[in-house]
Amino acid sequence: MSIIGAGEPVPQFSLAREDGSRMTQDDLAGQTAVLVFYPFAFSPVCTDQLNLYEEVLDQFTAQGATLYGVSCDSTWAQKAFKDKLGVTIAQLSDFEPKGEACRAFGVYHRGGFPQRAIVIVAPDGVVKWSYQASSPAELPGANLIFDALA
Amino acid sequence: MSLGSAPLPGIAADDHVAGSAEPRAIVYADYECPFCAVLHERLASRGVGWAFRHFPVKSKHPRAWAAACAAEAAGLQGRFWELHDLLYGDQARLEDPHLWERAQRLGLDLDRFEHDRRSDAVQARVRRDFESGIRAGVATTPTVFIDGVAHPGVPDDSILDRL
Repeated sequence: MSIIGAGEPVPQFSLAREDGSRMTQDDLAGQTAVLVFYPFAFSPVCTDQLNLYEEVLDQFTAQGATLYGVSCDSTWAQKAFKDKLGVTIAQLSDFEPKGEACRAFGVYHRGGFPQRAIVIVAPDGVVKWSYQASSPAELPGANLIFDALA
Repeated sequence: MSLGSAPLPGIAADDHVAGSAEPRAIVYADYECPFCAVLHERLASRGVGWAFRHFPVKSKHPRAWAAACAAEAAGLQGRFWELHDLLYGDQARLEDPHLWERAQRLGLDLDRFEHDRRSDAVQARVRRDFESGIRAGVATTPTVFIDGVAHPGVPDDSILDRL
């Protein structure tokens, strides 16, 4: 399984928002979405990653981008994670059917969690950039996202 | 200014440099990070030359930004490293009264310290360090650059031995 590449249309997917409603590919139309796939809520590197991106969230917003954290954790776990960190990045859950959206983006790890990966979807629904970390322990710097948004 | 990738800035005249030797390491760290405190001890015990830059991530370490600004304010009174050492000496006490107590202990002009640490200039100075780290790809603290190569986390002895 390999991560979806630049130039490919965003696949069909359905992820649960924090309020339980579903978000699909159609909801991304007209916005630049940065999907941040992370392995596990509350794990150390994922904690550092969301903390880091939150710190420069205003800069992402200034560039017209909206960040979403995506994991296979439940919405309840994601909300608790978000609250504990004090971050505002919206969370999307791929809990049930587990990993289906992650598979569609080519980032599902055989261990049952998302690879650490980032996918930027342009307003026209086409993938602008994607990146998969060399291992779940690698934390991609925010500079890489800014490079891709430029 | 964009936060896209840019080379690590070389050591500038207003960087904080410790040790007598020519600095070969640039450290991005914050005062609330326990791993940064460990690195601080290990660098101090080696007596090598290194530069310190601020990388406070507020949602992870809520008092790191205030502590960084306090260190910069102390620096304006010529006591950056003294406050730096005191901050790492007790990371459990970083609230405002604890900062004032340290400033008092160093004999700083408290009114000036209080004004400076909240000033736009000091905030911009800390922000400058943080943004230079973001552009250079810093993603965690501490991150040590040795001869321009980034080492995230506390480097082991084999890496510090290069200094």
